[in-house]
Amino acid sequence: MTSTQSTPSGSGRVRIPLRTLRTDRWWIGPTLTTLGLATFVVYGAVRVFQQNHYWVGEHHYLTPFYSPCLANQCAEEASLFGHLPWDFPPFLPYALISMPILLLFRVTCYYYRKAYYRSVWQAPTACAVREPHRTYTGETRPLMLFQNSHRYFFYAASIIVLINTWDMLVPFFHGSDGGFGVGLGNLIMLANVLLLWGYSFGCHSCRHLMGGRLRSFGKHPVQYWFWSRLTYLNGRHMLFGWLSLASLMITDAYIALLASGTITDLRFFN
Amino acid sequence: MSERVFRVWRGSGDGGLTEYEVEANEGEVVLDILLRLQATQVPDLAVRWNCKAGKCGSCSVEINGMPRLSCMTRMSIFEPDEVITVVPLQTFPVVRDLVCDVSFNYDKAREIPSFTPSPDTAPGDFRMQQEDVERGQEFRKCIECFLCNDVCHVIRDHEENKEHFSGPRYLMRVAELEMHPWDTADRRKIAQEEFGMGYCNITKCCTEVCPENIQITDNSLIPLKERVADRKYDPLVWLGRTIGRRPTDTPIVPNTRRPADAGTIIGKEEDEEG
Repeated sequence: MTSTQSTPSGSGRVRIPLRTLRTDRWWIGPTLTTLGLATFVVYGAVRVFQQNHYWVGEHHYLTPFYSPCLANQCAEEASLFGHLPWDFPPFLPYALISMPILLLFRVTCYYYRKAYYRSVWQAPTACAVREPHRTYTGETRPLMLFQNSHRYFFYAASIIVLINTWDMLVPFFHGSDGGFGVGLGNLIMLANVLLLWGYSFGCHSCRHLMGGRLRSFGKHPVQYWFWSRLTYLNGRHMLFGWLSLASLMITDAYIALLASGTITDLRFFN
Repeated sequence: MSERVFRVWRGSGDGGLTEYEVEANEGEVVLDILLRLQATQVPDLAVRWNCKAGKCGSCSVEINGMPRLSCMTRMSIFEPDEVITVVPLQTFPVVRDLVCDVSFNYDKAREIPSFTPSPDTAPGDFRMQQEDVERGQEFRKCIECFLCNDVCHVIRDHEENKEHFSGPRYLMRVAELEMHPWDTADRRKIAQEEFGMGYCNITKCCTEVCPENIQITDNSLIPLKERVADRKYDPLVWLGRTIGRRPTDTPIVPNTRRPADAGTIIGKEEDEEG
């Protein structure tokens, strides 16, 4: 029988000198999350500020990282809503409006908040692992109260996803010989848009607005039906969050490779 | 049968871990081993338990660092040569050995305005659709083991926040009442200002440790955060309220808040003064 003494505490609580007594590999989750988020941020920054290889004129493929394209340098057909009358300087995203909206939609997202609070901010790094901060005020201070604006970024992001949907539909009518055609690029863009909708509709704010805010489901059967469907997606919000990040990068990379002439589109029909 | 090494917390908060070798048999749970330890080696070991079926919430402890019910933690989940460390819940003061004083939770429970039906209704009026029953029923599965409040870093790592934060268990209670179709009170403002909804950063540890698998974060805390946003932070909702019907905020239950540094029975001191 051996003994290990604790450090004394004034509150009568157990105070163990170790950060945690967990013996499992609790650090894997936060590490993978950090790597995943860092990969997207670095890739996204490089591509957004590259200002090139975003448009495949032959099939009208436009990468979501540049949609809607607003700079004067944008290809005419890539500017769904026209473009501003001046050239964007280097390091200014061509998709000047949609990029900040989509970024803030994810930053204020309840799932991503969990992800970066744990893995980046380490509050806490993992469950029952002591956090390194001396004080904690959570989301009570003015800067952090900004997280409550998530619903507004959901509204705005939904419009952007509608634009992405249009961007996905247009290339189906620009086959190699004109008219309807299907290539690998079309299918990648379709999968990307489906995943983006899956992520957007699974949003907790969307679920609240579509029925969660009600006190009684029984009196609002239509909203309850929508809420039930969205609850299914909401339960997979993390999955759609990561899959849509991956699909955004894959879609962009494929279009960038096509636009730069590195590869040619694999066509299944026309 | 095999011999297992257990490190068990002994004494008060300033106590320490003591190592024991205890017999373990196939099919047993950690509570079985603790009770055998108590029966064969340390008769003064304080262990709280009751139903041994995961339904009373009495035997909450931390096993190898994770908050768990000792009666629902099978020995088979550990490696054969793994040392098993059992300590009391680290968020609450230790009474002795593995037994904690969880009165913090009862203090917080008293502050929440209870179910408040309209005065125009009477018992027998309360008809509810099945979907509304099911919504609240998930939260009623809570066995009050307080593992969620124990693991929540807001109070686990920051004792000073206990005054301002009720913990996931009681924020879930607020959410449950706010979703009740026959309730008329509005607890959204006090959820933020008195019960500390804003401290929650939705890292989901409460959901991870819940032995009843209640989706605490997704189905109660985040919906409550959204309701608080409706009440306090959404300019469009604010505009609608200004034009239309204004909310009537319900205050916390009077005489339930413990004065700073007071160790008296809740309400008693204030009642006597009043």
